[in-house]
Amino acid sequence: MSEPLVEVKNLKVRFDVREGIIKAVDGATFTVHYGQTLGVIGESGCGKSVTARAILNMVPKPGKVVGGEILYHRRRPSENGSEVTEIVNILDLDPDGEEIRQIRGGEIAMIFQEPMSSLTPVYTAGAHITEAVTLHRLLPIRKVGDQMAETIQAHRRVSKQEAKEIAIEMLRRVGIPNPRERVDAYPHQLSGGQRQRVMIAIALSCQPDMLIADEPTTALDVSIEAQILDLMRELQEETNMAIMFITHNLGVVAEMAQEIVVMYLGNIVERASVVDIFYNPKHPYTRALLESIPRFGKGRRQRLTSIKGMVPDPFHLPSGCLFHPRCPHFMPGKCDRIEPKWTQVGDNHWVRCLLYEKE
Amino acid sequence: MLAYLARRITYALIMVVLVSFVGFLIIDLPPGDFLTQKLAELQSRGDRSAELRIAEYRARYGLDKPLLTRYWIWATHFITGDFGESFQYERPVSDLLSQRLMMTAVLAIATLAITWLVAIPIGVYSAVHQYSLGDQIFTTISFIGLGMPGFLLALIILFFAAVILKQDIGGLFSRQYQDAPWSIGKVIDLLKHLWIPALIGSVTGAAGLIRIMRGNLLDTLGQPFVEAARARGLPNRTVVWKHAVRVAINPLIVILGSEALPSIIGGNALVAMVLNLPTTGPLFVQALQTQDMYLAGTGLVFYTIFLLIGNLLADLALAWADPRIRLG
Amino acid sequence: MTANEPNEAKQPKKQISQSYWNLVWWRFKKNKLAIAGAIIVLSFYFVCALFAEFFAPYLLEHKSDYLEARPQWIHFVDPEGHFHLRPFVYGLEKKIDPMLRKRTYIVDTSKRYSIYFFVHGEPYKLFGLIPMDIHLFGPDPKDPEAYVFLFGTDRLGRDMFSRIIYGGRLSLLIGLLGQIMTIFLGTVLGAISGYYGGAVDMFVQRVTEFLAAFPDIPLFMALAAIIPPQWSPIWVYFMLTLILAIVRWGGLARQVRGMVLSLREREYVLAALSFGASDRRVLFRHLIPGAMSHIIVIATLAIPSMILAETALSWLGLGLRPPLTSWGVLLQEVSNVRAIRFAPWLLTPVPFVITTVLAYNMLGDGLRDALDPYGSR
Repeated sequence: MSEPLVEVKNLKVRFDVREGIIKAVDGATFTVHYGQTLGVIGESGCGKSVTARAILNMVPKPGKVVGGEILYHRRRPSENGSEVTEIVNILDLDPDGEEIRQIRGGEIAMIFQEPMSSLTPVYTAGAHITEAVTLHRLLPIRKVGDQMAETIQAHRRVSKQEAKEIAIEMLRRVGIPNPRERVDAYPHQLSGGQRQRVMIAIALSCQPDMLIADEPTTALDVSIEAQILDLMRELQEETNMAIMFITHNLGVVAEMAQEIVVMYLGNIVERASVVDIFYNPKHPYTRALLESIPRFGKGRRQRLTSIKGMVPDPFHLPSGCLFHPRCPHFMPGKCDRIEPKWTQVGDNHWVRCLLYEKE
Repeated sequence: MLAYLARRITYALIMVVLVSFVGFLIIDLPPGDFLTQKLAELQSRGDRSAELRIAEYRARYGLDKPLLTRYWIWATHFITGDFGESFQYERPVSDLLSQRLMMTAVLAIATLAITWLVAIPIGVYSAVHQYSLGDQIFTTISFIGLGMPGFLLALIILFFAAVILKQDIGGLFSRQYQDAPWSIGKVIDLLKHLWIPALIGSVTGAAGLIRIMRGNLLDTLGQPFVEAARARGLPNRTVVWKHAVRVAINPLIVILGSEALPSIIGGNALVAMVLNLPTTGPLFVQALQTQDMYLAGTGLVFYTIFLLIGNLLADLALAWADPRIRLG
Repeated sequence: MTANEPNEAKQPKKQISQSYWNLVWWRFKKNKLAIAGAIIVLSFYFVCALFAEFFAPYLLEHKSDYLEARPQWIHFVDPEGHFHLRPFVYGLEKKIDPMLRKRTYIVDTSKRYSIYFFVHGEPYKLFGLIPMDIHLFGPDPKDPEAYVFLFGTDRLGRDMFSRIIYGGRLSLLIGLLGQIMTIFLGTVLGAISGYYGGAVDMFVQRVTEFLAAFPDIPLFMALAAIIPPQWSPIWVYFMLTLILAIVRWGGLARQVRGMVLSLREREYVLAALSFGASDRRVLFRHLIPGAMSHIIVIATLAIPSMILAETALSWLGLGLRPPLTSWGVLLQEVSNVRAIRFAPWLLTPVPFVITTVLAYNMLGDGLRDALDPYGSR
């Protein structure tokens, strides 16, 4: 396993709304490694997107990070030209400060679920890319002193013309036809798939170490979805960046990820390699999720299994294991009382379920 | 785009014709009586040429001809810049209007500048800091401002100035500069007087703009592209102004067009009446009060034409600002 | 069984609509500003429009010998420091200011006029029908010398307090009546235009655009100016209301048209049509009620601008004229600085106009929020 890039430790995010408090993320722990893809799966509203935003320290209002840390192993060139790794707790940074802004977009980029409205309608595709490029590639040195040595080599001058050339090149790389013309196209002149390609181009234009993809293909047609996924894989091979791929689509995640975490109601219930998750799932929730995928070759008369019960009201979460009201292996007196702890069930395979906890 | 432009201009031209006809009807309804009155008045003054002059008017405007002919005579005169004669001032309407146009425009531009310079930043602040103390204060103030019509506010301010400060704040010039030629001193004197009517005139407009700007920006700030811009590492200020405000302000361009241009020639007639300003507004109101119909009708037609032009320009500006409309 | 069916079908529908209005009421109640606005508006209409004769101590045209007298303050404690349960005012003494050559009044603390409640004063007819002479308060009816002018008097010595209450009647009603006419014109034409489409729609649309091409206030003024001055006051009042409605219906018609266009595609309308309901029935029993809550909100928010338009026009002398009395007519007396300087109490109608406008805005905002339970704002 390669070096860690982002370690999320016991992250807790709350939303204070008029009706009460929502524990959107309650103790999420996982690691994204350099050059690898981590899949995050779970039903909508389980805290996947909030976790992703916490990594960029931009949890939307009225959300608030109330605990945990997000350690970013930041690789930067040092004075003598070699790379040093510095560990930053992202949650300690000022959310609109200089440092987090360098990380956002420059080192950790993000693409979103709704390509239709993720581009500012009054600017061209090219303008979006050049904005990011000029921001992260030619940022002038402002601070003098200890930071100077670190930053001095990272910056080179990018002229407007150069930035535009980069934009055209990026559009070509993400497979936009006629990039030299389309660079001046406005968002409404592009199709949904093209817009998501532009979003990817913006994200990759600054050569980030990590890409957070928050359900990037949910809003797209199936054929376009496949193209975008292929594109992301190709680009990952070229650039060796890490990807945190958030989705509720198990089929998609199986294609993309090496490692998977499963989230339920703000909690991570299982984490393992993609093979283990699909062939040896441990947590009853993971199993239920897998059983609910329609599969070719299953008998016609066989019904799809759906998870019994409903997602509980976020203001009144169940006690003990959050999944117990819907769990087929519910053990009364145990699951509704005791909060499960992390248990190792295999090589790099962890689960939070009382079935596997030794007394 | 060209087709759109052509359609809009044709449409505006048809409107101008229709509107001018209504303006003419308003002129045409009472002035027959006025001429009779005028004749009596001139005769009582012992004006020997009275009969002659009245007859001249009748001939010039074809007052004994059918309605449509009269309209045609009036309209052709209007196009050539002959708007008829003010019976009360006994001077051509065009003279009276042009004399006051300059001050009206100065005042209107000052009012507009204050309105927008105050309202946009406050609206943006309120939206960005939604539910903060500042937002609540500004929201309350703008709510009161909306219910505070300019002329009543002007009366209240006049009351405070006259009764409590014992000062006269009406007019645009101090007495010594009233008829003086232009000089630095006169300009300074003008600025000293100008800000009060400009401020009063901007209250209602600014209050409305604050509310619209706040609402639009709140909607826009919730859009994914704002979050995407932030995730690109842009500083908050850039995210708000370059992305969110830039999109949220588009609908306000329409308001600028439909209010700015008409107000430049019309000004706020009611505020101008209270503060006794030398603008076209009071002229128009007095003309209506004394049934000086050529002056009044010309005023109405002018306001309307400017409103139409304003709307046209607003549409064009919106198309220029918003690629979704321009390239549709 | 068959007889029961329609009943059963009705039952759930009724419940749904009830809970909708319950929800509206519940949301409206939570909005304190809106409640305050509603209370102010209702009490103004109650005092001015319904019972002005009772609440005003004097009749509209009652002239006293005190011309342009300053307001008298209400006191409870006399100069000797004695407390009186019955409030009183001090008398006014006429003086000529030799410098300004102007009549002024100074407070004469030697004269005390107590204020009596439910007094028998000048006779009037309540609602124009019931003869009465009881006023909420007034000076001692047995003392012909006594007077009480809480807001001062005007040029002719008429009590401003009474005149503001009477003036409110016309000002408040013109907003309401004008808006009712606007609703009628706008709703019917907008609904017809949206429902039938085609040539009717074209025509109504063009007319509304034509009206929208004019600037509001100058058009009001021009139309008001051509009302023949020799007409009777009641006709002038009616014409003015009509003018306000004619100029303003276009905006409402356009919104109603939009609503009807979207409602027309709803299932319940399609269902009604498939049962063979007539156009008129669909329009007036289904579409207009469906749009009514929005219409009410729009109308409530538009009333203040009508009241203001009347005030402005009358103030300029282009609207109502004496002997009709509205807040705008009362303000005619202060169209110059001189009046403001020497008789500033003549400005007292201003706070009443502004309070009315604000209260209506608060009420309208509250209604809009309440009627739009899943609303955008």
